[in-house]
Amino acid sequence: MTEPLLVVDGLEVQFATEDGWVTVLDKVSFSVERGETVGLVGESGSGKTVTSLSILGLLPRESSRVTAGSIRLDGVELVGMPKHKLELLRGDEISMIFQEPMTSLDPAFRVGDQIAEVVRRHRGCSRRQAWARAVEVLTTVGIPHAETRARSYPHEFSGGMRQRVMIAMALSCEPKVIIADEPTTALDVTIQAQVLDLLRAMRDEFGTAVVFVTHDLGVVADICDRAVVMYAGQVVEQAQIDDLYDRPRHPYTEALLSAMPQLTARSGRLATIPGATPPAGSMPTGCRFHPRCAHVVDECREGDRDGRVAARTLDGGGLSRCLRVGDLVLKGSA
Amino acid sequence: MLRYTLRRVLMIVPLLFLVSLGVFALVLLIPGDPAITISGENATEAQIDATRERLGLNDPVLVQYAAWAGNALTGDLGSSLFSNESVSGAIMGRFPVTVAVTIAAMIVALLIAVPAGIIAALRRGHWQDRGATLFASVGISLPNFWVGILLIMAFALAVPIFPAVGYTPITEGVGEWARGLVLPGLTLGMAVAAEITRQLRGSLSDVMQQDFIRTARANGLRGRAVIAKHGLKNAAVPVVTVIGFQIGFLLGGSVIVERVFGLPGLGDLAIRSVLQRDIPMIQGIVVVTALIVMLVNLVVDLSYGWLNPKVRQA
Amino acid sequence: MTAPGIREADTASLDAREAISTPEQSARARFLRRFKRQVPALIALGYLVLVVLSALCAPLLATHDPLQQNLAGVLQPPGGGHVLGTDDLGRDVFSRALYAGRISLVAAAQAVAVAVLLGVIPGLVAGYAGRRVDAVIMRVTDALMSFPPLILAIAFVGVLGPSLTNAMFVIGVIFAPRFVRLVRGTVLSIREESFIEASRSIGTPTPRVIWRHVLPNALSPLIVQISLTAAMAMLAEASLSFLGLGVQPPDASWGSMIERGFRYTAAAPWLTIFPGLLIALTVLAFNLLGDGLRDSLGREIRRGS
Repeated sequence: MTEPLLVVDGLEVQFATEDGWVTVLDKVSFSVERGETVGLVGESGSGKTVTSLSILGLLPRESSRVTAGSIRLDGVELVGMPKHKLELLRGDEISMIFQEPMTSLDPAFRVGDQIAEVVRRHRGCSRRQAWARAVEVLTTVGIPHAETRARSYPHEFSGGMRQRVMIAMALSCEPKVIIADEPTTALDVTIQAQVLDLLRAMRDEFGTAVVFVTHDLGVVADICDRAVVMYAGQVVEQAQIDDLYDRPRHPYTEALLSAMPQLTARSGRLATIPGATPPAGSMPTGCRFHPRCAHVVDECREGDRDGRVAARTLDGGGLSRCLRVGDLVLKGSA
Repeated sequence: MLRYTLRRVLMIVPLLFLVSLGVFALVLLIPGDPAITISGENATEAQIDATRERLGLNDPVLVQYAAWAGNALTGDLGSSLFSNESVSGAIMGRFPVTVAVTIAAMIVALLIAVPAGIIAALRRGHWQDRGATLFASVGISLPNFWVGILLIMAFALAVPIFPAVGYTPITEGVGEWARGLVLPGLTLGMAVAAEITRQLRGSLSDVMQQDFIRTARANGLRGRAVIAKHGLKNAAVPVVTVIGFQIGFLLGGSVIVERVFGLPGLGDLAIRSVLQRDIPMIQGIVVVTALIVMLVNLVVDLSYGWLNPKVRQA
Repeated sequence: MTAPGIREADTASLDAREAISTPEQSARARFLRRFKRQVPALIALGYLVLVVLSALCAPLLATHDPLQQNLAGVLQPPGGGHVLGTDDLGRDVFSRALYAGRISLVAAAQAVAVAVLLGVIPGLVAGYAGRRVDAVIMRVTDALMSFPPLILAIAFVGVLGPSLTNAMFVIGVIFAPRFVRLVRGTVLSIREESFIEASRSIGTPTPRVIWRHVLPNALSPLIVQISLTAAMAMLAEASLSFLGLGVQPPDASWGSMIERGFRYTAAAPWLTIFPGLLIALTVLAFNLLGDGLRDSLGREIRRGS
């Protein structure tokens, strides 16, 4: 059996704070197969963005460090890879789409030039060829009149169109993996749907694997094959998408699902999970979710023998970091 | 872009009017009777009358202004009260020296400030940053005539590498001409370097936090290319603004530097005219320097259009 | 189906509520706490206090009469009977520097006072009056700012006649636009804020609004600007006096001491080095103090305390 395309294995990341180094990612592990779309789900502060930035080696070098674990892309180890080698992979083998299309493009350059710059960096082709490729990908992502629009500046595009430009840039060198960090959050609902359609179409057309980072389980249901749920720097549940919705195996997933507004029941107030994600550096002992958990029992505060809760592998390939996974029956989204 | 340019050029007109009004009003500020002041304390009644006639002081103020401004528009700024030399001729004759000093100072400033500002911005909080910040604070606090004298003590008297005083016209050898500009350029450029370093550090480190810098890095662009292309171009607007502001400072500072280094420039002419109370000459110098400042600001504003495409639509 | 789930804002607002629930600190306490950490600004403040004290106590500290000439002992190097040597007329440099400090400080204070007086009122008017008055005032400040400051100062002094008072008045006029802009900006931003709207709607007359709301809010940035302007005024005074257009003999400021010493650069370098050092340190202190104040006032400037 060959290894999956992208493997994150026991990744531990620390940030520098005034009180010294604080662990923000605690042994995060998951993997992505070729052409697969995996949702990385959690509230802000869960570590999902830190995870995606560390895959690309984009965490600030002075205030953060990877203390353990491994990230492998197509069998190549990325942790500890020299900077110049990692630069060559970024934008070529693996690329990223960010949340803020309004600020993620350089306002001082034409969008075509910005895409062509990436193409030239990785393909080493002529200016003209790079420009042609930029126009081509802009056409692919559905920018009308791409030849003329390539000469426009970012401020001349709407938010949705800019996000298309970002996707075009990410696709320009046909990467194996795209990490999309909340790519639709900043957009209007109708535009969100269009951008999701585009991402799905691109994935199907090029066979690109996608890591979809979001706090929105609705979007995950829409586009992902599998979901990795994160809470407070840990992976708390992993499951195939249908299993996750029908039968969540971790109370946090259940809470996320119940907080998701149903299109059929618009009238009620938006449910939220009471409490907030604990700040890194002052994690509760035992299960990190226990202060907010509806099913908490005394053992949850203790955890396993080492004061933590280990991940439990489930039948059918899923995974849950809940002590009571055996006896709890949790509510899915009906 | 064309509309933006036109509008910006037209904005100069009212400004020019106000400036000319201010310069003209200088005469009105002369305490007592300007004719007496200008003619000198021992002048006879007839001499004073002649002066009054020559300056048109018998006419109503508005007529005086109209005559003066009308002549100024055609490039005629009157003539010196002492040498009868034409003011514009005297200014043109001194101009190359001041321009040379100003450019030398700007070159010195950029050579220091651009590397210092970039390093400080990228190494924020480290010793390089603290050093650049300290340099910036000290640089704007030093009286430039004092810096000039210290430089003369060090590099003209103690170790005679550069001339202490005097100006060699470029026609008598480029090497000598340039050698004579080193110490004046350093003297005048120090404060400007400090100012630009400060601004570049601030705006570049802001830009480097922007999302599009992260995008560029996420797409594998080289670190140096990200800074040089995306960083500097976006950081440039406030820096160019500061450079533009410094032109006024440089023109004023050249008065002092020309005094310290004995250079026959516009500043030297200004001092001489002030000590002689040569009013038309003073007015001419003020008008010309104000015009230069306005033109530089115009060029700066137009450069925004290139640096920041959004401006063009405005 | 792209319905929003848990909004990021929910947790964010929770954090904000927590931050608010911490004991409310008064603006002044926060300012003092921050300012205490600004080491360079504290040193600068200490130095400035020392300079002002020594100028005030010049008669007590001076070792010699600053005007006493001694043609038998001209250009004596530092040391011996004269701590900092003597000048070309045999006068004691240390004593002269003490008295010159008085003149330099008072001159800078004059210029700042003129700039504040000429800046604050038009700034208030520009901010409060209609668009037209505002446009006129701003055009005039623009025009004033397009003159190279030193050249304008030289021209004015040339016309009015060289004297320190004239010089400092002109310097004040030239720096006034900075205060116009600052005050106008504060007025405009505060006018937008609801508490002024509220005061106006209950019929508080404009002068009271200015006194109760605008000036207190403008005070912090004004103090910062005053410190920075004092630095520039001191440099300008030194420059004009160096050119012989400021203080007139037998009075001396640090700038005019350098002018005199400049004639003996080779024979008596101490005549220029020491007064120059005093100017540089004092100007640096005003600049560092201004920067430190700005950094410790920080948020209040933007938010309005």
